[in-house]
Amino acid sequence: MTPAEYYQRDRRIHPPALTPDYKTSVARSPRFSLISLQGSMSEITGPTFGHGDISPIDNDLIKNYVHGGDPIGERIIVHGRVLDENARPVPNTLVEVWQANAGGRYRHKKDSYLAPIDPNFGGCGRTITDADGYYFFRTIKPGAYPWRNWVNNWRPAHIHVSVFGHAFCQRLITQLYFEGDPLIPLCPIVQTVPDAQAIDRLTAKLDMNAGVPLDSIAYRFDIVLRGRRSTMFENRLEGN
Amino acid sequence: MTPVDARANRPQYLPESASQTAGPYVHIGLAPGAAGFQIFDRELGWDIAGPNAAGERIRVEGLVIDGTGSPVKDVLIEIWQANAAGLYAHPEAGGAVEDGFRGWGRVITDFETGEWGFDTVKPGPVRARGRMASGVAQRVRDSHPDWQGRAAEDNVPMAPHLNLWIVARGINIGLNTRMYFDDEAAANATDPVLNLIEWERRRATLIARRTVRDGKPVYRFDIRLQGEDETVFFDV
Ligand SMILES: [Fe+3]
Repeated sequence: MTPAEYYQRDRRIHPPALTPDYKTSVARSPRFSLISLQGSMSEITGPTFGHGDISPIDNDLIKNYVHGGDPIGERIIVHGRVLDENARPVPNTLVEVWQANAGGRYRHKKDSYLAPIDPNFGGCGRTITDADGYYFFRTIKPGAYPWRNWVNNWRPAHIHVSVFGHAFCQRLITQLYFEGDPLIPLCPIVQTVPDAQAIDRLTAKLDMNAGVPLDSIAYRFDIVLRGRRSTMFENRLEGN
Repeated sequence: MTPVDARANRPQYLPESASQTAGPYVHIGLAPGAAGFQIFDRELGWDIAGPNAAGERIRVEGLVIDGTGSPVKDVLIEIWQANAAGLYAHPEAGGAVEDGFRGWGRVITDFETGEWGFDTVKPGPVRARGRMASGVAQRVRDSHPDWQGRAAEDNVPMAPHLNLWIVARGINIGLNTRMYFDDEAAANATDPVLNLIEWERRRATLIARRTVRDGKPVYRFDIRLQGEDETVFFDV
């Protein structure tokens, strides 16, 4: 018996391929419609990762690239759960993040922004969700940075987030924004998302209860991956 | 009557998080060595098949080309494939794979030329779909004469293929496509996915060309994001 398929993706909450205000999309967007596939074995399976693939320090961006000191900037915790559309936790899945430093500069040979590189900050991390789908990172709040699109566009502070789920069709890359940032409504990349509520769900919420007193402030960010039809293996009459 | 928004009408479900572009610095997170620094003990995705995998050792190479005809030099591609027996390295795949076979890989393009490439084994034909493993849906089907016998029809094996997922700056949501093999013409002719593509000439955009270099098979697969011979992409 083939394992269950996933719910079709609701394309109305995702950005379309062609978004002219985000100029780079113009030449990189397919013009033909996507061909819709029912999930076969190729889509409903996906890679698995274990703790042997990563190190315990990998989710601590304050410590995972120290070269003689701590990185500069606002110390934050980003935490939350990876869930599916059925509101069930997605356990044991790989979450990877990357970001600019407190000044808005990436440690990347192609980034030439004039803000300085922080010698103690790499800007990437990864972790695996626990049995409840829970994850956390410790990091520095990234700075906003300018980019070439219109003459003077600025990205709101953001962290790039990559998640696997348990099937290749659940694969997702998105970005985390911070509650209250006035650059969010001005950003052509944020605004590729056509649904205001969907943008709000990409905005991490200040979570004073989860911070570490006199050390770090916290933001909560839940990630939702595609859900799946229930299966006969679960022996449930109400399977959908 | 006010039209009903399906999203408002499904309170028991959470909506999926919206996609955002991977951006120009995707390498920092997913391939930091390429960004120019060493941080992790182990980068992920460089060894797809492992040393124990059975089957023919192959190399796959190509370019991702944009709508102006230029190579895209900051793309990242992930690969998901079955082993030579047609099994995925996944608990629900219906069988075990060789020790060390992951079937998953991650490659980036050369920043100067846009060329990408990886080594793996050629996958075998993959079972597509059998009986739906969904309670009520399957029972509804089973109860109706129109559906009887269709399960067998759905179960035509898929021709050997690689599943690819492409992200980059300017790509707002990862693009899914498949790479098939030009030396599998008979299997390709009955492949249920290729046959789903109404425009027969577009099917050719998914078929890699086999050549031999230094005695080793190399498949060439150029992906065209837009323009003449735009690659077929899937909503999976
Ligand atoms: Fe960024």
